[in-house]
Amino acid sequence: MKAAAFLQDRKNQIHRKGKTPFTMECNKESLAGAVSQRACVFCGSRVVLYPIADALHLVHGPIGCAVYTWDIRGALSSGPELHRLSFSTDLQEMDVIFGGEKKLYNALVELIDRHQPKAAFVYSTCIVGIIGDDMGAVCKRVGDEKGIPVLPVMSEGFKGNKREGYQAACNAMSQLVGTGDTSGISRYSINILGDFNLAGEIWLIQDYLNRIGVEVVARITGDGRINDIKRAHGAALNVVQCSGATMELANMMKERFAIPSIRVSYFGIEDMAEALYEVARFFKDPLVMEKAKLLVREEIARIMPELNRYKAELKGKKAAIYVGGAFKAFSLVKAFRLIGMNVVMVGSQTGTAEDYEELQEITDEGTIIVDDSNPLELSSFLKEKDVDIFVGGVKERPIAYKLGVAFCDHNHERKEMLAGFQGMLNFAKEVYNSVMSPVWRFVPRRREGEKS
Amino acid sequence: MSNMPPYTSTTNACKLCKPLGASLAFRGIEGTVPFLHGSQGCATYMRRYIISHFNEPIDIASSSLGEKHAVYGGSANLKLGLNNVTKKYAPKLIGVATTCLTETIGDDVKRIISEYEAEFHKNTISCVDVESDEGKTPCINEDLSICEKPVSNKYKAHKYKDEHPRIIYVSTPSYSGTHMEGFHAALKAVVEQLTEPVLPDESLDSGNDADPLTRGTVNFMPGFVSAADLRYLKELLADFKIDFTLFPDYSESLDGEALNDYPLIPAGGTLIKDIKKMGGAKITIECGSTLPKESAGRSLEKMYGTPLYRTALPIGIRETDRLMDKLAQISKTGIPSRYKSARGRLVDAMVDGHKYLSGKRAVVYGEEDLVVGLTSFLAETGVQPVLCASGGKSGELARAIAGVLDGISPMAEVYENVDFYDIEERAESLNIDLLVGHSKGYTFARKIGVPLIRVGFPVHDRMGGQRILHLGYHGAQMLFDTITNTIIAKKQDDSPIGYSYM
Repeated sequence: MKAAAFLQDRKNQIHRKGKTPFTMECNKESLAGAVSQRACVFCGSRVVLYPIADALHLVHGPIGCAVYTWDIRGALSSGPELHRLSFSTDLQEMDVIFGGEKKLYNALVELIDRHQPKAAFVYSTCIVGIIGDDMGAVCKRVGDEKGIPVLPVMSEGFKGNKREGYQAACNAMSQLVGTGDTSGISRYSINILGDFNLAGEIWLIQDYLNRIGVEVVARITGDGRINDIKRAHGAALNVVQCSGATMELANMMKERFAIPSIRVSYFGIEDMAEALYEVARFFKDPLVMEKAKLLVREEIARIMPELNRYKAELKGKKAAIYVGGAFKAFSLVKAFRLIGMNVVMVGSQTGTAEDYEELQEITDEGTIIVDDSNPLELSSFLKEKDVDIFVGGVKERPIAYKLGVAFCDHNHERKEMLAGFQGMLNFAKEVYNSVMSPVWRFVPRRREGEKS
Repeated sequence: MSNMPPYTSTTNACKLCKPLGASLAFRGIEGTVPFLHGSQGCATYMRRYIISHFNEPIDIASSSLGEKHAVYGGSANLKLGLNNVTKKYAPKLIGVATTCLTETIGDDVKRIISEYEAEFHKNTISCVDVESDEGKTPCINEDLSICEKPVSNKYKAHKYKDEHPRIIYVSTPSYSGTHMEGFHAALKAVVEQLTEPVLPDESLDSGNDADPLTRGTVNFMPGFVSAADLRYLKELLADFKIDFTLFPDYSESLDGEALNDYPLIPAGGTLIKDIKKMGGAKITIECGSTLPKESAGRSLEKMYGTPLYRTALPIGIRETDRLMDKLAQISKTGIPSRYKSARGRLVDAMVDGHKYLSGKRAVVYGEEDLVVGLTSFLAETGVQPVLCASGGKSGELARAIAGVLDGISPMAEVYENVDFYDIEERAESLNIDLLVGHSKGYTFARKIGVPLIRVGFPVHDRMGGQRILHLGYHGAQMLFDTITNTIIAKKQDDSPIGYSYM
């Protein structure tokens, strides 16, 4: 039997700009057997809550889910580092048969006594949903006994994809918001939502905000602290990055505390500047806006000379993007444009119909737009478009490398700061260092090109 | 040996989950797509974990179960997934491993696959002559009613057409056993479901009663070793002029060359036609000191009477000697000179470097069989293994460690079923000089300021984990140089003087 590169059922999740009117099927369950790059509900919850550094994160289930999420992210903390440990109830066959509630209770008590966390998040996994452990009851009991919030995160893997996991995480956090003291918070105050402090990015953003006279109440969740989240309702505005992940929490806070929110991105010069301007516009204070403009001018002046040097070398090179959320993809399209490169393919694991509409609007003719792709498709796009660099996560990297294509890591495991003005420079530098490496002249793709 | 405090919670586990091991084993068979029957996250997490070690693509398909499947059963999605993988990858074999979810909801995977084959693999099972790799072979019905040449073997009663992928299933719930149990269970499942009886008249047809393809081969099952180890074993067996089936073999599929085309399924892996004939081998060699009673080798012995020889992983001098002697006996040749001289050089190097290592105290952790092998070699060099630990729980670790330390080094503390919290707590008072194990011990090594010798899986914080050679005299040589140089570097770096001549 001959192999088919594209499964018929996936054809409505792939679009080439220009040929036909735009429609994109998305947010549907992954096709069985298609080797999706997506993860599960648990993964979504874990991604969002992981950076909260003074909380205990206990995975209730067999060992796999805990061990594959042990210290895998570059989410930094300025203080406690409890989030970098991997805690599990490591359910065994007998627990599955007789129920895991007792083990969960004992494990929670043991770990809370040992680590004295400010709160505990307990993640349910696939089988916990099946064997019917009453996690809520156990969490409540331990919370009462220990006097800290013990929050169940209903993240059974099979209940959907990452999006449902984001929601479960937001549900858990929403139980904290509103329980802290909000005295002493400035009128010009915000919460940062949806930045995870990879490589220290949230510190950079916080520094920008402080420089324009805005106080950050809670960092959700990069370098996050339970007590900050508890008093997050004292902030005047929620500034939300990362499509999907924490928007749900912002919506809840709008309903309960009438806190408005704006959506921003910190990747690329344009989006970073726009984020600061939006915050400044919100506070309707000319002085804040003045400071924001000054900051943007200063930062751009600082990075432009070096950025232009990269641009001169990278002009006309072709890029492909495949990331988790579509919002990041928008910023990347613009960032590549800034350094003179053309985006020829862009896709995401969990984009919405509106996201893909927007992608289609900002991309050039012929660009491939794809939802919930897989290794075979991605590799065929890389070849078809003869791309010079692919941007994605760990699962995409070996696809690029195997085919002799440069790669830029843009996910939660990276160690390079890519946000803010400095991040734009780092991004250009990383793209440059990969694209311009001499190793590509030895890979079969280029070698054969020379011969013909 | 002291007792571990009985903690309920697990912190920083020293083991991985069962389906991961099965996926790796399946990856070592030609044309195979590993397939996890469960929710999408399992496959994605394991791919990411494996990729970070091998720096190679690994496609693991999933039946991507959703909420309704968890309630009503995953049968439809499993069938759809198998069909899609078949259409898209055109695999020769699909290795289906179950997960916690599908084991707990009680999916009868064996039945579902039978239904699938009946529906999609029409004429798979037939009584007409079937063209296959091995030429024309008579075929029989499942009920044995119309067989032309009755086969006494109860395990195989029909022939599969090559145009359809073979589907092998293995039960791997994460709540019973580690990735090693998953690895071995997958091998056992393949052997039980794929091998075929070697008919006596087949060997007669070939006109040679000592047919090298049947009673001449050696099945070699090394366990979960590195890609470099597998390549080394192939060279070793070839140097002994032994006709072998190395199973599994992911030396190429998980450590391949730069390519111009993304392969549907990476090249390499044990040939299916060779696996089918494993029952006809003259011996099966299975490596590991803590292997389960039931294993692929044991199944071959039961099903076809293939003699089984079990030996430790050939790490260090004594265990490599043991294997070399056995291979010399099987091949009826002497030990090839290349290996004799490698052994000689190894001993010479061990003499040259012994003072750096003598009396150093080590913690060894990881998969049980690997821990036993490394402990054995460390003891030979003069390093004293003081704590040997694993997240596995074969029940055999202490006995195996005692065996390799007997007469050469004091007995170590040995713990099964422990995590890194336990290991750190125990090691605190042991005054150790080095850690030997995979990358996940780094946090601990950093905390106490001792070097970590990276071996085994996963190596997530260095390049080339798949190219670390552990086995044989050559592997021991590399390990010895790495360990000695690490100790020297530590001494050099810690010295206030800054010696440039050690």
